[in-house]
Parts: sequence; structure tokens; C-alpha cells
Amino acid sequence: MKKLRGRFLLLLTVTVVSCILALPSIPSLFQALPDGVKKILSHQGLSLGLDLQGGIHLVLEVEEERAVEIAVDRLRKSVEDLLAEKSIAVDGVSREGSNGISIDLQNESDADEVQTLLNDSFPSFVSQKNSGTRLEYALSSDDVERIKTSAINQALETIRNRIDQFGVAEPLIQRLGLNQIAIQLPGVEDPQRAKDLIQKTALLEFKMLHESKVALDLPPQVERGQEEKVRQEFAGKVPEEAEILFETVEEELDGSKYSIPYLVKKDAALVGDLLQDARVTIGDFNEPNVSVTFDSKGAKEFDLVTAANVGKRMAIVLDGKVYSAPTINERISGGRAVISGRFATEEANDLAVVLRAGALPAPLKTLQDLTVGPSLGKDSIEKGLRTTVIAGALVLIFMIVYYRLSGLIANMALALNLIGLLGALSGLNATLTLPGIAGIILTMGMGVDSNVLIFERIREELRAGRPVRLAVDAGFDKAFLTIVDAHVTTLITGLALFLFGTGPIKGFAVTLCLGIGINLFTAFVGTKVVFDFLNRRKLETLSI
Amino acid sequence: MMEIVGQTSVDFMGKRNIAFAVSSVLVFLGILAVIGILAGWANLGIDFAGGTAVQLKFDQSLGIEEARKALQTHGLGEAELQEFPQDQKLLIRVKTETTIEDEISKQIIEAFQTEFPNHGFVVDSSTSIGPTIGKKLQEDALIAIVLSLVGIILYIAVRFEFRFGVAAAIATFHDVLVVLGIYFLLDKEITLLVVTALLTLAGYSLTDTVIVFDRIRENLRRRRRETVSDIINNGINQVLSRTLVTTLTVVLVLVPLTLFGGEVLHDFSLALLLGVMVGTYSSIFVASPLLLLWPGAEGKLLSRGK
Repeated sequence: MKKLRGRFLLLLTVTVVSCILALPSIPSLFQALPDGVKKILSHQGLSLGLDLQGGIHLVLEVEEERAVEIAVDRLRKSVEDLLAEKSIAVDGVSREGSNGISIDLQNESDADEVQTLLNDSFPSFVSQKNSGTRLEYALSSDDVERIKTSAINQALETIRNRIDQFGVAEPLIQRLGLNQIAIQLPGVEDPQRAKDLIQKTALLEFKMLHESKVALDLPPQVERGQEEKVRQEFAGKVPEEAEILFETVEEELDGSKYSIPYLVKKDAALVGDLLQDARVTIGDFNEPNVSVTFDSKGAKEFDLVTAANVGKRMAIVLDGKVYSAPTINERISGGRAVISGRFATEEANDLAVVLRAGALPAPLKTLQDLTVGPSLGKDSIEKGLRTTVIAGALVLIFMIVYYRLSGLIANMALALNLIGLLGALSGLNATLTLPGIAGIILTMGMGVDSNVLIFERIREELRAGRPVRLAVDAGFDKAFLTIVDAHVTTLITGLALFLFGTGPIKGFAVTLCLGIGINLFTAFVGTKVVFDFLNRRKLETLSI
Repeated sequence: MMEIVGQTSVDFMGKRNIAFAVSSVLVFLGILAVIGILAGWANLGIDFAGGTAVQLKFDQSLGIEEARKALQTHGLGEAELQEFPQDQKLLIRVKTETTIEDEISKQIIEAFQTEFPNHGFVVDSSTSIGPTIGKKLQEDALIAIVLSLVGIILYIAVRFEFRFGVAAAIATFHDVLVVLGIYFLLDKEITLLVVTALLTLAGYSLTDTVIVFDRIRENLRRRRRETVSDIINNGINQVLSRTLVTTLTVVLVLVPLTLFGGEVLHDFSLALLLGVMVGTYSSIFVASPLLLLWPGAEGKLLSRGK
């Protein structure tokens, strides 16, 4: 009987440890504990998956090719500026493919000078072809790779900044493979707003309006959805260095929606990466605006640009959309500009956030977007709990009706199984998902199987006329291998699901595997110890 | 002592031809479904096929036809609709080959906002999966399937002698294919969760087979003058009650899960429920008679007893 006491102690220890581990997962109980105890139990406990608490799971891909193109475009502009500075006459400098540029010279005699200039100032450009007036350069593949890598890092950084400022508890932002970013935002109230905030490229550009006859030919306003048609219509007429961009307008008076086309220069006079700050300000008519402040370099450039273009109009363009196109009345040297664009307060807020956090180096493509609203999460928890109670009650009742006292013992083992499972999940800081709850429910049904197999064996032995104690021992012994066999195969599939399943499915695999593993313990230690306890004095009959 | 079936002596082996006929039809459907999945005309869920699913919960019920019309006017005519009337929920699915850039979920939500300004709703969930992720999920699912089947077969190979192992493996495939076939017949979507259910039942369906086979093996060692067919029959009859009770306890939890677990888990639980029942049937009517079909079964099985 000494052995019996040892096993009782083991059971008790397991139960107590499980309960303690499970405590942090039950907030109402956990809060009531004294602070000292809380500190010892400082692990987080069971957390709810996105499908239960609502939230967003995004997988985004950085469009690396675009990042390279954008970088080359900027270099191209610098090359153009440099040549202008040195008074070298060119027909044009343009981007070739995604990572090259070509320079068309007016005088072949300049070729040597240009080559030296580029070698000195733009060592990353490698000469490709050199035929008279046409010089071709391309970035080396190392440089291309560097740009791609930094684009991803910068995208990660930018997204982190934006989410920090948006304020989400426990966001998870990580790199996935080479060029993907996975983002999890649990418990977000307004998923669409959060998604817009993350995915806005937020490339702020100041572009001078192109003054030509074509600009006058543009219709004053265009119906929504007809923008592309206008672009096509003017495709042949728009000068090479210009493009048509639109401002979308929603008239406050009559609610009519339309777009205004602008002919702007392709090259931005100034780009928003020279910003120091952006915040919401209130305009003359009590409307929210976004004020931006340039850093010292930006302020200087802005000063130069405005000085050179007094009387002309400058479009403020964000992600290819015109927000406003004010006329430059005078030189602006303070390094401040105001973006006014009929914003809702929330919109202005978010715009300020993305401008402060910086632009993304390239657009992001959504590969996966799982959004669960908070209501569905609550719904799922309720349904999960209700189902657990119903399913549990059915099993408990069945076991008692069918196996009487032994059924009661099995039910105790089942309870211990659940406590152990909760403790283990909590101790591992596992995430509970809806399929995970299904796994718990399934474990209840599969868990009692072990006891069923044992009991049926015992019954068989009793029928064969064995005394109770022998029948019980034989039942446990003979059922053992069968039970292990039956469980191992389920564990194998559980393991495969764990290794290759995504979030919610992983949750299912974890609960299933743990549940079944713990079940072996509760059946062969828990149930057995109670039977042995009952058998201290020889039983004549067994209620089974 | 309460018993479901008591002591039985049913001639299960005698009915094997009927069972084989029924199983062949169901397995054929399952194979058809597999071909359908491989060829691309099966009803794959958007997690595999790529696309968008939006679930809306309305304040007041909205007819499915009205909803369809609204979507059509907004150029979303190809959307599939599914109604959950008791919760006033509507599931809209659009399968696309393209990327998610067209923001179909936004379009769907806007369509309902403009067409039914008086019907308030909340977005329960929205899922968009691009083709690359869909392909990755397909691959992962395939690896998981292969891995678990190989694992199961290896385990069987270690634990059982060859012919028992083959019979058990065939029975397992049978169970998975039958459930897949039934889903194919019901035109249910094959989603990630359904695949999970299929794998789980592959693991679990062996439980009953193991119970039966353990006993048959035991009886073979102790056999007297019975035929192999009788030994198998006796084995099944002896463990019939525990086979049924273990199934019953799992069914007892799966029925409420299917009925009250909510729309997300419904197809998952239903697949498991069907699978558990098919698994019990197959351990008796498929796995065991297969032992008899083994070439020279009489002599070989009996020789084991020595």
C-alpha cells in the first residue's frame, strides 16, 4: 500500500501544478491573487487566437522590382541634375528596364566627360554599352540585391512605426521568407482602417503643374470611374515629361462625386522623405488639415523650389493622387506646408501617422488577409463554451449510466484530463483557437475511450469468473497496448498537422496531442489508483 | 452490468460481399473527388483555390435572392452565397485567380452598404487569399497528408505483421475516401479545416481497427478447430460492445459540436462525425474481411498460431 500513497501524491502534485499553471489563463481569478503570487506566476498563460478575439492576420509581399525601379528613378534624376549642372547638353536621360539608365547626348564629344563624371559620382552604375551619343548604364546585381534587402527592412521598420503609433496591443510583425511580411494585430476594432494605414505607400510628392496647351484641353471635371478613359484619350498628346493625375472630390453641398484632372510634371520637385514632422492642424473653416515640416535639407529645397516658381501651381500628390494644387503666392522659407484635402478628422490623423512614420520603399501586395470582427470572436467563444458543456455533460452522464461507480471514476479521470490539458496549454503559453476548442471537445470523447477499453476488459475478466482484484489488474494490463496503439496513430497525424498546419489548425493539433498524451496518464495512473484504493480490502463485486 | 449489445454471434464475414459492394461505390466517389481536386474541378475552399470570403451579420434577415441581385448589380455576379438563417448571417465567397489587389472584400461590403442602407450589418470575418498562399497551403496540406499516412503505415508495419498492416492501411484509406466522397456528393467545400478533419479521422479510424485486430490475433494464437472465418467473426463479436461504446463516446461529443459549434466548425465536425462512424463500420466490414482475401489466408493466418 506504500505504492498507493506514492501514486496518490503524484496525482495530487500533477493536479495542483496544473491548477497553478492554469491560473493566469483565468483573469478574474488571477487578479484576485496577491501580487507576490502573481509575480511568481508571471508567465502569460493561455492567449486567445485571432479567430476568438478578433483581429487581422496579413501576409504582405514587398514588390521588390518596384523598389529597384523607384531607386533607379531617383538616381536617374540625380544624374540629370548633375549633367545640367555641368552644362552638358542631353536629349534625355531615361530609365531602361528596372535597373538601368540610358543617356542620349547631343554631342558625341561629351561622352568621355560624362563617363568620368558618372564613374566618380555614381560608382554603382556600371557601363553597359557605349555607342557614340548613347551611353547605357545598369546597377550591378549586388546593388540590386542591396536595394531589395533594404526595401524589405525599411518596409518592416515603417510598418512597425505606423502600428506603434496606431496603438495595437501585442502586434506581431515578422519577416517571412525572403520578401514577405506577416502581421498579426489582435483585437483591432476597425480592421479596414488598420489595413489602410499599413498598406498606404504614403509617398508624398510635390509636383509642379505642367503648363502647356494640353493642360488647357483637359476637361474641368471627370465622372468617377472615367479617369482611365481620359488618360487613354490623351495618351498621345501628353508630353513625355508629364502625366495626368486626378484629385477626387466629394462636394459637401450636394454630395456629388467627381475627379479633377491635372497635368503635372513626372519628376517631383520635392519628395516627402525630407519630412521632419506631420501633424493635424485645424484650418480657417474649422476643417482638419495635415501640416508637414521639412527637415533642414528639405526646407532648403522647398525654399528654392517655391522661389523659382512663384505664381505657378504646385500639386501635392500622395500615392499618385492629387490632394490639392495651390498656387505658390510667394517664396516659402520656413520649411512648412499644409495639405488640405477635405479630410475627415480620422483620415487626417491617419495621414499624419503614415507621413511621420515614413513612406514605404515600394508598394505592398496582399497575399493573405484574414480578418475576424470582434463580434464573431465573442460568438465563437460562447458557442465553444456551450458546446463543451453540452458534450461534456453527455459523456459524463453516459459513463455513469453505463458503468456506474466505475463510470464516476472515469469521469474524475476526464476532469483531471481537462485540468491537466488546461494547465499544459497555459504553461506552454499556447494560443487557444476555435479549432483548438474543437480539439478539447474531441479529447473528451476520445479520452474516455481509454477507460472504456479498460472497463470492457475488466468486465470480460469478471465474466470469466476472476476475482475483482485480479480482473482489474488484468483489465489494465491487457488494455494497455491496445490503447497505446490506438493513440499513437492519432498522435502521428496530430504531429503532422502541427508541423504543417497554419495558426488555427496548429491550435487544434496542440490540444489534440496534449489531450491524448495526458489521457494516458489519467487513465493508467489516475483511474488505476482509485481502483486499487477501492481494492484495499478484497471486493466481492465491482460496480462496472 | 448495462450492455449495449451483450454477447453476440453475428456472422460478419458472411456479409462481406454486401459490405464490399457498398464500400466500392463510396470509395469510387472518393477517388472521383481526389481526381476532381487534382484536375481542378472539385469544390476547393478559397484557402486552397484563392479568393475572398466575407461573412456578414445582419440586424434583420435579408433574403438570399435580394443579396444575389445586389451583388450582380455591382459586378460580383459570380459570387457564391450561403445563408445561416438563424443567426441572420450571410457568407459571400468569390473565387479568383487574380491577386487580391482588386479588394473584393471592400467591394462586397460597399455593395451591401449602398444597396441596403436600412439593413445594418457587421462584418463577422473577411478572408482573402492570393494564389501564391493558396498554392503554399495546398503544398503544406499535401505534405501533412503524406507525412501522416506514411507515419501511420510505418507504425502499423512495426506493430502488426504484414497482412494485418495492409488491411488496416486499406481500411484507413477507405475511411478517408468515403468521407471525401460523401462531401463530393454533397458538394461541400474542401477547406483546410476539412482536410484537418480527414487527417484526424485517419488517425482515429485506426483505433477501432486496432481493437478488433488485437483480439483476432489473440484468438488466432489460441485457436482450436475453428475456421479462420469463424475466428475473425468471434473476435469481432467479442469486442463489438467496446468498439461501439468507444465510437459512441466520440459521437456524443461530435453531435453537439456539429449542431451548436457554429458555422466555422460545422463542416469540420461533420466530417469527423461521418468519419468516426465509417471508421467503425470499416474495422468490422472492411479491414477484417480483407484478412480473408489474403492469398492463401487459411493456411498463412493459422500458421501464425504455432
